[in-house]
Amino acid sequence: MSEHRIEVTINGQAHRATVEGRLVLGDFLRIDAGYTGVHLGCEHGVCGACTVIVDGCAVRACLMLAVQADGCEITTVEGLAAPDGTLHPAQQALRDEHGLQCGFCTPGVVMTLAALTGDDKRPSADTLLAALSGHICRCTGYQGIRRAARRLAGAPAGEEPA
Amino acid sequence: MKPAPFDYIAPETIDEVCERLAEAGGGATVLAGGQTLMPLLALRMSQPFILVDINRIAALKGAARADGGTRIGPVMRQNEVIADPTLANALPLLLTATRHVGHHQTRNRGTIGGSIALGEPAAELPAAAVALGASVEARSTRGVRRIAAEALYFGPYATALEPDELVTAIHFPDWPPDTINLFREVARRPGDFALVGLIGALTVEQGRIARAGLAWFGMGPTPIKARQAEAALLGQSIAGLDARGIAELAIADTAPFDDHHATADYRRTVGRRIFARALQEALDARQAA
Ligand code: FES
Ligand code: FES
Repeated sequence: MSEHRIEVTINGQAHRATVEGRLVLGDFLRIDAGYTGVHLGCEHGVCGACTVIVDGCAVRACLMLAVQADGCEITTVEGLAAPDGTLHPAQQALRDEHGLQCGFCTPGVVMTLAALTGDDKRPSADTLLAALSGHICRCTGYQGIRRAARRLAGAPAGEEPA
Repeated sequence: MKPAPFDYIAPETIDEVCERLAEAGGGATVLAGGQTLMPLLALRMSQPFILVDINRIAALKGAARADGGTRIGPVMRQNEVIADPTLANALPLLLTATRHVGHHQTRNRGTIGGSIALGEPAAELPAAAVALGASVEARSTRGVRRIAAEALYFGPYATALEPDELVTAIHFPDWPPDTINLFREVARRPGDFALVGLIGALTVEQGRIARAGLAWFGMGPTPIKARQAEAALLGQSIAGLDARGIAELAIADTAPFDDHHATADYRRTVGRRIFARALQEALDARQAA
């Protein structure tokens, strides 16, 4: 069983640690680094709750080893809102459209939407809706989440095409 | 739901990977994108002594034109495949198939080589490799060899690759630009493995089919090459082609099974329909053009 020194940037902060080879990134972020906004549901790549942004891409934190993130920039849901508490547009859209209930799946959904709408990316509503297939939500019935995605894409949020 | 302990190494070169795989004598597993392997590790269905991460090897990334085709590095991410303009030109059918692999989030890590080397029978990319006539380049300390995709798969997750071999490239031959591409997948939800899937390429020259590559996924223990349908199509004039008859031949090569998602009968019935419809629609579109 090997151990490895890693250095990652999490939400802009450098973080050094020694990790076992088998430690998955999601557990590392929660337990070692204290970012408990990373939710682990299934721990085998099915639910999407653990989604974080690694070097600009939304990925499942349970399907990557912590040691593989050595040298990477990671954003968790804690890193999205502005220091004054202003929500990220993805967070605001979910809030406005009632896209969450218990909130367990929400950090993952937020990270997918944030990754796809960040910088000056202008994704279509279809792109965002398709990416939501990577998330399971047991509460909302998805309609609020879909409205939030449509709002983020600049489409009228209330209208759901048949 | 935590992987069993293992030693992790991330070599910088292909030679080092091959040496470590040779030393490990079957106790090592290669980690590419990890979108299938990581769940297997978490569920402890896979318990290697050594995990050999190939993600840091630059020579295994990217795609390039090579000897009458395209050479794709196995560690090219599925979302990189989808976004690559060279591949969009040379292998549009591969891009269509890749768009159906998993979800956006898993395609950001999942690789083309990982999917093709694993050989999940209901996955899109192994079938795409079979239909398009691809071959994999496998390297070990014993040397390099090319294995045709149609000879690669023995059963679910069982391939002709030896435990000490690393896939170092996947070669796709060129298909002429006006090739007819067929792709159909029936799954319960987007991102699920297919209940029934079909992928095919047909090249038409002077109104006749000059080249055909057809494969099923989710229709047996491996991706299934529809050999009888391919043979029947070759040389056929596309005017008045009997799509249903060809579909019947294509189904004859399949060996679907019952599982808790669908029965074998369901798979055959749906397969026959999607095949006939896909072929007919493609021919109609061709003749309208
Ligand atoms: S915890 Fe990662 S996908 Fe469910
Ligand atoms: S809000 Fe409860 S699981 Fe989505």
